[in-house]
Amino acid sequence: MPIIEAKNLEKTYDGEAGTASTQALTGATLNIEEGEFVAIMGPSGSGKSTLLHILGFLDKQSEGTYKFNGNAIEELDDAELAKTRNSEMGFVFQAFNLLPKATVLENIKLPLMYSAISEHVWNALAEEAIEAVGLSHRTHHLAAQLSGGEKQRAAIARALVMKPKVIFADEPTGNLDSRSGQAVMKIIQDLNENHGHTIVLITHETYTAEHAQRIIRLKDGEIESDEKVGHRHKAYEYIK
Amino acid sequence: MTIKHSFKTAVSGLRSHKSRSLLTILGVVIGITSIILIMSIGQGAENLILGEIQSLGSRTIAVIPGREPSGPSDIAQLLTTSLTERDFQALKRKENVPTAKDIMPIVFGTATASFENDTFNLTIMGPTERALEMFNIEVEDGNFFTEDDIRSKADVVVIGSKVKEELFGASDAIGQKIKIKNKSFRVIGVMPQKGQVSFFNFDEMALSPYSTVQQYILGIKHFNRFIVEAESDELVDRTVEDVTLTLRETHQIDDPEKDDFFVQTQAEIANTLGTITSVLTLLLTSIAAISLVVGGIGIMNIMLVAVTERTREIGLRKALGARGKDILLQFLLEAVILTAIGGLMGIFFGALLSFGAGIAIRQFAGLNWHFTFPFFAAFIGLFVSAVIGLIFGLYPARQASLKSPIEALRYE
Repeated sequence: MPIIEAKNLEKTYDGEAGTASTQALTGATLNIEEGEFVAIMGPSGSGKSTLLHILGFLDKQSEGTYKFNGNAIEELDDAELAKTRNSEMGFVFQAFNLLPKATVLENIKLPLMYSAISEHVWNALAEEAIEAVGLSHRTHHLAAQLSGGEKQRAAIARALVMKPKVIFADEPTGNLDSRSGQAVMKIIQDLNENHGHTIVLITHETYTAEHAQRIIRLKDGEIESDEKVGHRHKAYEYIK
Repeated sequence: MTIKHSFKTAVSGLRSHKSRSLLTILGVVIGITSIILIMSIGQGAENLILGEIQSLGSRTIAVIPGREPSGPSDIAQLLTTSLTERDFQALKRKENVPTAKDIMPIVFGTATASFENDTFNLTIMGPTERALEMFNIEVEDGNFFTEDDIRSKADVVVIGSKVKEELFGASDAIGQKIKIKNKSFRVIGVMPQKGQVSFFNFDEMALSPYSTVQQYILGIKHFNRFIVEAESDELVDRTVEDVTLTLRETHQIDDPEKDDFFVQTQAEIANTLGTITSVLTLLLTSIAAISLVVGGIGIMNIMLVAVTERTREIGLRKALGARGKDILLQFLLEAVILTAIGGLMGIFFGALLSFGAGIAIRQFAGLNWHFTFPFFAAFIGLFVSAVIGLIFGLYPARQASLKSPIEALRYE
């Protein structure tokens, strides 16, 4: 059974009074298996962010069905959606979205605070995640003091601290220079290959997308193509 | 999320905007400060008044000429001449008022006293020698007048500390002659400084035998008051009744409606004044309470701004698994913590100001004022400020909790 099962997803945004409503998705169908690394590509306005938001339970589709891990989004209430986001999904955003006045450790503990995990293991779990992204030397720094690449690594640590099944990454390298971007892609690829996390990555750069096993191309709210990557980039070949 | 972590989150949210948080609660601080100040001063005033009355003794009964005034405009009724020497003699008879321990007539008026080139406007009072005990008067220097002085209408006077200071300065007053209403009086005693006692300020008073004051200063034959002291607290009511019946008899009054005198006990006065100060305090407190509402609206306003400003943070928290009610609780707690801190600060400043006010009153008004910290008001103040946070924080917190994670994350 695929972990992500979406059928004919449509999303219409109601326009403000007097303006026409816009259709961001016009019927997208896709399945993603557990352990896969999928990149979603498309020009801006193609609906890729809307798709990611629906897949990540951050938004609901207007039409169609979506099941995550066998659970239909339509049947879950607000609290159940929050619980699923908390324990089975991790998010990495282009703008990092760290709390600037909190330390790296505090930022990474944030998902734990909303979970049922008992408090005495929080520090250990957070430190393990920090270690995994190579930020141990920054544990007690304020998020605002980190460089862009470090911020994104902290954000990845936050996304994986709950050991989620799926990590959604929305243009994770978009705000980074190429070297930091490579470091981030290396971590993401490592999470997929060595730790079994399913990765759904959004990007508009073909090069970044080619780190994935499969690329889904969106255009005007529809899936244009869905194919395996012939020659994958291995981020760890470039970094060391 | 546990309440403990909601609390921690709220505190760190506030700490990241220290100066704004402080400004936000200013309204609540001022509101609580004024409530504490008003209640403390109100309580102090009540204690002062009751204390003064009690210092006269709860067994003390005053007989006042005229009809009991039915309102402020009825004051003319007090200026009657119905209490006479005959009444005094009748009240003194044991068989008429067996439960009276002491009875004393008094007359009083204002007059100008002079010594050499110094003059002073004083209150002259004419009691009997029993005043020493009934008013709890001490004589620091010299003596008080005696029964013989009353009988002989002796031109002797006992003066208060302020009178002595104004007329004689540091030099000795005993044996000197002062002039009151063109008559010479020999100073036979000086009272130590005492401050305001009940409604009399003995410091600015001269005491002379009532017979002397009646004849030479006021030119009257009646009395302004009878002061009667009952044997015990329990016998006050009976004494009042006996005094009333005796006076009706000597005044030949059958209809109580036509009484030309009335009897007042200290308890009655205490009650009346206590009610007046309580009502005043309540009135002022309710005015101060309005400022709390204004403070609450200020908090709501700033919280709404904070919610908008922190839209991204709210979205992020939701993406990471926060439920609507986690967000609601976080912002609600921020508001309640803010107002509770404001309440504590208000209690502190209120106590500080009322303590200062107490010192000022003692210093400049010469009253025997005691600072009282209104614990009840402090408790209520803290509670009310927390409730204000709850009420005025609810709307912004709800706005925050309803934000969709997507709208919130997209917000720039």
